[in-house]
Amino acid sequence: MKLELTHFSAAVLFGVFASIVFGITQRNNFQEQVRYGLYCFAMFVGGVFVAGWVMSLLRR
Amino acid sequence: MVETRMVETKNDKQSAAVQTPPLTTMAIVAPLVAWLIPGAGHLIQKRYVRGFLLMFAVVTMFFLGLAMQGRVYRPNGGDILDILGFVGDVGAGGLYFLTRFFDWGQGAISQATADYGTKYLIVAGLLNFICVADAYHIAIGKKP
Repeated sequence: MKLELTHFSAAVLFGVFASIVFGITQRNNFQEQVRYGLYCFAMFVGGVFVAGWVMSLLRR
Repeated sequence: MVETRMVETKNDKQSAAVQTPPLTTMAIVAPLVAWLIPGAGHLIQKRYVRGFLLMFAVVTMFFLGLAMQGRVYRPNGGDILDILGFVGDVGAGGLYFLTRFFDWGQGAISQATADYGTKYLIVAGLLNFICVADAYHIAIGKKP
């Protein structure tokens, strides 16, 4: 089986899995875990967009 | 002066003894099981939701890495990045031994995103190390 993801989808999926683990392991109660997981995911996706724009600007 | 120092040392030893977590069977077994089977360290401590979510995240990430033609590092003593790659991969425990047994992760790279696969495999192992530490903290009562 060969899986071909785009750079964006690979980065977003990476963020999903990492956020799940960070959320569960770095906080103690359920609400904090959900909140921290969502925060990490937002940071991952935000970082992807920022990096994308930076690379786009450097390319010009 | 000397007496004060002796008292301080004694107090330090006492406080260290108080702070040392109890070494229970679970404190040894849970991290070991968590390393071999991602998420299982939480499951044997009856943290079912957390355990299954961690298992889902680590196992899915590992197999997605394999599906993306990621490279599985073997034990090596060469380049430092190869050594670190092996350390990351071996964090996945049983999944790593499974890939070695079936000789997966050795395919010829034929697509641009294969390098993502390699990173997925390494990060899955590193995330599992965090899960192992978390299972240990639950076992010693540091975390609910």
